Amino acid sequence: MSHLIDIRGVTHAYRTESGPLPVLDGLSIAVPEGGFTAVVGPSGCGKSTLTRLIAGLMIPDEGEVRLHGERVTSPRSTVGMAFQNPVLLEWRTILDNVILPLEIVPTKLKRREKEERARRLLSLVGLDGFEDKRPSELSGGMRQRASLCRALVHKPEVLILDEPFGALDAFTREDLWQTMHQLRAEETFTSVLITHDLRESIFLADEVVVLSGRPATAQYKLPVPDTGLRTLDELYTAEAAERLNILRHQIEIAQGRAEPTDTASQPAPPPGSAAQALT
Amino acid sequence: MADIPSPVTRPRQALGLGAGRVKDTLLSRSVVAPIAAVIVFLILWELLVWANGWPDYVMASPSDLPPAYASYWDLFLVMGWQTLWRTVVGLAVAVVFGVAVGMIMGFSRTMRDALYPLLVGFNAVPKATVVPIVALLFVGAHDFNTVLIAFMISFFPIAVSVSIGLSTLEPEYRDILRSLGASQATIFWKIALPKTLPEFFGALKVAVTLAFIGTNLMEIVSPHGRGLGALFDSGKTNSDYPLMFAVLIALAFLGIVLYYIVVALEKTFAGWAERSPT
Repeated sequence: MSHLIDIRGVTHAYRTESGPLPVLDGLSIAVPEGGFTAVVGPSGCGKSTLTRLIAGLMIPDEGEVRLHGERVTSPRSTVGMAFQNPVLLEWRTILDNVILPLEIVPTKLKRREKEERARRLLSLVGLDGFEDKRPSELSGGMRQRASLCRALVHKPEVLILDEPFGALDAFTREDLWQTMHQLRAEETFTSVLITHDLRESIFLADEVVVLSGRPATAQYKLPVPDTGLRTLDELYTAEAAERLNILRHQIEIAQGRAEPTDTASQPAPPPGSAAQALT
Repeated sequence: MADIPSPVTRPRQALGLGAGRVKDTLLSRSVVAPIAAVIVFLILWELLVWANGWPDYVMASPSDLPPAYASYWDLFLVMGWQTLWRTVVGLAVAVVFGVAVGMIMGFSRTMRDALYPLLVGFNAVPKATVVPIVALLFVGAHDFNTVLIAFMISFFPIAVSVSIGLSTLEPEYRDILRSLGASQATIFWKIALPKTLPEFFGALKVAVTLAFIGTNLMEIVSPHGRGLGALFDSGKTNSDYPLMFAVLIALAFLGIVLYYIVVALEKTFAGWAERSPT
């Protein structure tokens, strides 16, 4: 299987007044075409830096990011991004917000076709009838849905999600997870999701990468078998609980709160943590 | 059975009536309230003068104004127009120059650090002291001088608001377009400019009234006899006190007209920033 996103030995440091601040150290992640990789890790471990590197907004000090085997040295129109802040433009209607990328990237589509494309996506995420509303008239979850549509409207090969569901309440978040699966069934894209939510990572991704503390490297990779369109019930099975426990333990190691052990075969959860993971 | 339909129909009727009533209230409120306020103001003014028994050289009363307007009506039209167009031209130059300076300071930190003290210092100089300097510098160029002072007094808030609007643009807004390969110019037109419009119009409302002050400073000081300022001055030299008050009211009227033109422009171009009250 060819790897659409190939991050090889990326090392990066920010230049600060008190000297260089290393954030990434020899990080390697590969995502196959159509794949969905979630990246989890302790706070401030360089997850957002990773998204900026993939988007070509930054060039790493060492190592390289390749998309389709081509080295990324500048931003490219085959990438779509969604952030925790939906950053919709308040002066545009929802429809015009979604169309925005089509006004930037080179396209042969006519205005009517652009609108059709945007309307189809909006309908897919359940925003029919909201096309002519302003962002201020929508709830947080609806704005984030519109933001997802904007990230996908130009049919990007790569979708970068930087904690897009982080600021939403629990129920809205679970709704959006399912919306994400619907989008994946209808659209073709390869995705990298940055998240703090372990349940979210195993529900959405095919592979979960745990980053170590700063400077971050790929500490652990957990494959999640693809079961097609997933349902929320699958989060409450024994397999899911076991995966969550493994991830929790890996995060504790990354935070320096637990000693590395042979975790892949035998996660060492403290008593009662399985029950916590289920709630 | 009898009371089943009532909960359904009653609220609907109430709603229909309510919507109409709200519309009526708004209409009457936005038109009637300011008119009523003006009338109350005039009555209080008249009462104040009457109660104190002031002669018109201490303070003219509203009832002195209609005769003043009647006897100088054509002068008011000619000079009012002179004041108006020079104010508007000065304001237009201030908008162009202020937006340009604001853009330079908004996009470049170095330029912001460099220009801010200069701008603040320039703004702190009382324009009344600049008027004679300008009048001597460009002797005889009365229209030019007046426009220049109106511009100088009104560009500062515009420059500051545009620079603040541009420099406080959240980085994610830039990233959304930059990650698609958009140029700096595209980012400016699609995001930075529209996002700054509400601040810009806020500053323009301040600038409108400032520009009137600038125009009148020049008109009162310079001896060319043009504009409402000159009419005010002639009222002073001829001891025609009701005329002086009539000029003040005419200036206030022009100020209100220009202000509401700016408000209308704001509604058209930056109406999205206004949240509905619900």
